Amino acid sequence: MRTLGSDSGFGELFKQYDVLGAFWVNIQLTLWSALFALVIGTVLALFRISPVGSLRWAGTAYVTVFRNTPLTIIMVFLTLGVWAQLHVTLSDDLQKNFFRLAIVGLSVYTASFVCEAIRSGVNTVPVGQAEAARAIGLTFLPAARIVILPQAFRGSVAPLGSTLIALTKNSTVASVVGVSTETSSLMKNMLEFNSSLLVAIFLTFAIGYVILVIPVGFATTALSRRLAVQR
Amino acid sequence: MTDSTVLFDAPGPRGRRLIAIGNVVGVLVVVGGLAVVVRAFAENGQLDGALWSPLLTADAWKNFYLPGLVSTLEAAAASIALALLFGLVFGLGRLASSRWVRAASGTVVEFFRAVPVLLMMIFFSLFFAYNGVFQSQYIPFFAVVVSLMLYNGSVIAELVRSGVHNLPRGQREAGLAIGLTTGQSLRTVEVPQALSAMLPALLSQLVVALKDSALGYAIGYTELLQQSRRLGAAHGNILQSLLVAAVIFVIVNYTLTTLAQRVRRRRRHHHADGGEPGAAGGIVGATPPPIPAPAR
Repeated sequence: MRTLGSDSGFGELFKQYDVLGAFWVNIQLTLWSALFALVIGTVLALFRISPVGSLRWAGTAYVTVFRNTPLTIIMVFLTLGVWAQLHVTLSDDLQKNFFRLAIVGLSVYTASFVCEAIRSGVNTVPVGQAEAARAIGLTFLPAARIVILPQAFRGSVAPLGSTLIALTKNSTVASVVGVSTETSSLMKNMLEFNSSLLVAIFLTFAIGYVILVIPVGFATTALSRRLAVQR
Repeated sequence: MTDSTVLFDAPGPRGRRLIAIGNVVGVLVVVGGLAVVVRAFAENGQLDGALWSPLLTADAWKNFYLPGLVSTLEAAAASIALALLFGLVFGLGRLASSRWVRAASGTVVEFFRAVPVLLMMIFFSLFFAYNGVFQSQYIPFFAVVVSLMLYNGSVIAELVRSGVHNLPRGQREAGLAIGLTTGQSLRTVEVPQALSAMLPALLSQLVVALKDSALGYAIGYTELLQQSRRLGAAHGNILQSLLVAAVIFVIVNYTLTTLAQRVRRRRRHHHADGGEPGAAGGIVGATPPPIPAPAR
């Protein structure tokens, strides 16, 4: 563990290691997973609010299982189980394969949180809104499209924002699947070979995440305030 | 009761027929999905009884799953206990009257909420190793606990702050009126009320800590995931042993989540009845602090 290699200066490190490139890998992981998670999560939310019992049950079961399983175990299962034992391959290129497996893991995990965020948005709409829509003669689809879903979407902006932040941070768990170019793997590598700069290296990566995550928080808070339905 | 009342009226005859058709389609889709999974298992010989039976032996549970679960629970419990302390200190710091204390606490809280827990664990495990802070066999445990404390503590600090902010203004005014200083009013009047409203959120945070403790796998902490991987390596049934570990996690976390919901509901009832002293005075109106979506 204790490797006292060539301790170079702090500035030299950035020539030696591609820190920005590592962050770019995490951003790519985040964006792809956010896209898939949004699709799966929306479908699950539709299941959970539908009047069809079996779909509701399926949606609830999915959310219960994936919200209560650690992301790490999903990731390990994807490599050691699904890829190594069930021989599910997503690309012939090994690195690309791991990258895609990580996206699968992040997506199926995050989808359960997206589903709950959307559902909580629907829950913010008072029943009176639906009753009013019915009263002025709107049938199901127009009522949903014109009255209920726009309000539901506004209510789910804030929880979706915190889900996106969590996803950004969770993208580091991709190192468990073997994505070796992302930030946590690179940081570990750098720390092991530059023991004298331990704190400085950690702070560099940490501040990178602060810069990445905090604007998302500000943006979604501002957006949800602006979109908030006055009641 | 479902929460679909907003969108749907009670169905008429045509609606009921559509729902029946939807139900059949839904069942077919679910069964079809499960069939694909089972077939993938069967084609790769993963349904072989010899791969599943080692998981039911006393050896598997006594030497792998149970010690793993105990380590997971230890790390989660220790980090939540410390996180509560951390959260109280920095939550109070964010409410302090001194601008500098507020700014410092705010920076610390925002920082640790933004940094991925895995990065913290990797850093602390190497930091402890280089500095010889702990004996080497304890390093992974402390790296896990410290990282989880910092992250969950920051979340709890926010809960304390929003809990106090959500109290009616009259609470502080009443405190000041009877001659308390702002600090005394905060400590003896406002924070205790915020804390009691936080109990369900604390349980949810315990679930987050339990799930995050599995990240300790990456730094060599022998928790449930690590132990089940070892078990799988010993018997060549990694897929099956990981599935059992996942089921254990789901059961433990689901129990805690249900408990949190029950506590939340009971508190709401309690308040609606006006059963709590002073409830009529407006504490009822204090909505419990918004529960941020568990971050992991």
